[in-house]
Amino acid sequence: MTRPLPEEVLPLDPEEQHLLQDQPRWSDRRVELLLGALVCSVIALLVAMIVFVFIHAWPSFAHNGLAWFGPGGSVDNQLQTIFQSGESGGQYVYTFHAWPLIWSTILVTGGAVLIALVASLLVSVFIVEFAPEWMRNVLQPVVRLLASVPSVVYGLLGVLVIVPFIGNHLITESSKASVAGVIQLSGYSLAAAVLILTVMIAPIMVSIFSDGLRAVPRSWLEGSLAMGINRWRSFWKIAVRTARPAIVAGTVLATARALGEAVMLAMVSGSVGFAPNPADGLIFFVEPSRPLAPTIITRIDDLASKPANQTLFAIAAVLLFSAAMLSLAGWVAKRSMKRYLAVA
Amino acid sequence: MTGVATPARPAPSPSPPGDQPKAVTRQTPPWRLSDRVGLVACWAMGILFCAIAAAIVIYFLVQGLKYLRPDMLWTRPHQGFTQAQTGGLQDPLLGTLLVGAMGMAIALPVGVAIAVWLSEYGRPSALARVVESTVEAIAGTPSIVLALFGTLIFSNTALGFLTRTSEGVVFGRSFFAAGAMLSLVALPLVVGSTREGLQAIPQHIREASYAAGKTKAATTRRILLPACRPQVATGAMLGLGRIIGDTAIIVVLLAATLNFETVGSVPILDVLKGTGGTLTSYVYQASPTGELDQPEKAYAAATILLLMVLLLNAAVDVVHRRARQAGTWSS
Repeated sequence: MTRPLPEEVLPLDPEEQHLLQDQPRWSDRRVELLLGALVCSVIALLVAMIVFVFIHAWPSFAHNGLAWFGPGGSVDNQLQTIFQSGESGGQYVYTFHAWPLIWSTILVTGGAVLIALVASLLVSVFIVEFAPEWMRNVLQPVVRLLASVPSVVYGLLGVLVIVPFIGNHLITESSKASVAGVIQLSGYSLAAAVLILTVMIAPIMVSIFSDGLRAVPRSWLEGSLAMGINRWRSFWKIAVRTARPAIVAGTVLATARALGEAVMLAMVSGSVGFAPNPADGLIFFVEPSRPLAPTIITRIDDLASKPANQTLFAIAAVLLFSAAMLSLAGWVAKRSMKRYLAVA
Repeated sequence: MTGVATPARPAPSPSPPGDQPKAVTRQTPPWRLSDRVGLVACWAMGILFCAIAAAIVIYFLVQGLKYLRPDMLWTRPHQGFTQAQTGGLQDPLLGTLLVGAMGMAIALPVGVAIAVWLSEYGRPSALARVVESTVEAIAGTPSIVLALFGTLIFSNTALGFLTRTSEGVVFGRSFFAAGAMLSLVALPLVVGSTREGLQAIPQHIREASYAAGKTKAATTRRILLPACRPQVATGAMLGLGRIIGDTAIIVVLLAATLNFETVGSVPILDVLKGTGGTLTSYVYQASPTGELDQPEKAYAAATILLLMVLLLNAAVDVVHRRARQAGTWSS
């Protein structure tokens, strides 16, 4: 026969009261359900975003078909016509051929990513292996600082320093005159956009690259050194090759950032719906253009007009789709490299 | 170490006597010209990075000293055509603080909750993988797309009480709208950093707590979260830096007006329901490509912005150093 415990013998801490209850107020089950619900609502938000952006973008794609991505006519005039057709109340116009914007996006993003990739790889190898201690202690905060400078500050620097420099010193009067009938060369240019975008995305790459390089086991390098291969070659052949998944991850992230950069590019790219032509020779680099993302922000007042609103959402849908494809490509590339080592 | 050297040193060898010391002194393998050029390129790039950062900071500090007056901090901006007419930076400054506070008020609890779920619960594992990619996808979504999505959400009539409405049409632009969408910008950083902190806590700490009869929830709240406070703080500050620096969402969802434009008459709510601007949108508009076109004011605002970012960076450094001094978990 069990004796009931007298209550005064075992005074319970109020904090531990839940031990006696079947269902304490913050039981694990309830907390798990609560957190699970929160997590699911974040997923739902993302799904809703994708669905709604594509629904709103659909009329623009449906009216143009694949010609949406092709060249034809002046993009800026088309955007203006679309905007006015919504304001005037007549038949909506959707005709939109975005090639100049897409071409500009490819040039600016591609150029910046290529330059940043080379520079960042060199810098992260330097930080991880070859820099003396004091240099490392300077470089790490520098990279963090460059990554956290707001894009509008970079844009201001571009507009007030880089663009006037290009306009005054790198463009000759004769080259201005040679294209006077088509576009105005004033320094707002592809070169300025690529240059500043490179500085913006390189720190992202450096931080991910150097994490990957640091994770390479030291003994692998020592093995190579013991074979009589010098430090430089050992590091590039062993460490950089092993860290390739991290290099892919960093490049994907930086490219996504470059694709979505709107404000800085709106300030320095020239904001003209013009497709720079490589056949123009050196002038090509100083020609103005406008990538996709800045187009949204420069035409943001058009949101009130329904067809213009849908066209802007179509641009957003293209950005969203390219960002998704980019991560998918990165995932596939990383998968095929995983046989070396899971460093990423 | 001696084991490596022995085979290289032949015993009573028939080789000429000049060879032996040469083989011993040459400890590092030779560097070819291309290797040397590569190393020089590394140095050049490293120095270039430092030079760019130094140039940016020094340039803005010089411009800031020239154009930033203390009284700008408490005078309100005006529309105008000259430096004297356009007033100060009070509204953008308050707007930045307000937007940062609102964004973090959402991102911090939600981010920590997601990180806790991922690290401590994470069942079913398929859901956990989906959540991971969701957070990654949010991090990879351009903020201009988030902003456009925000206009869809907040011009919904059901959410009309958060913004200005006239004759049934919801304006959809307010501090509420901007703060909510900006929290998504900071969310992935908070989740990533908190999760890293939680995963660094060894399993036996949790087991000790369970053995003492604590539930998982109590363990998380009383032991795990306090233990990874430095990482949560780091994530929060990185996220705050991202929110302060964002322009696209401000221009689209806050209408980027120069002054606060209030809605209604309830004291604080009228500002939150109304539109306004932040330092970033002020810089955007005061730059030569913007509507206000007052470059000197833009320099002043950008300098404040840069100082805020530098301060946040320094704070992250301090937190890191403190955490390292406090020591890591010993097994």
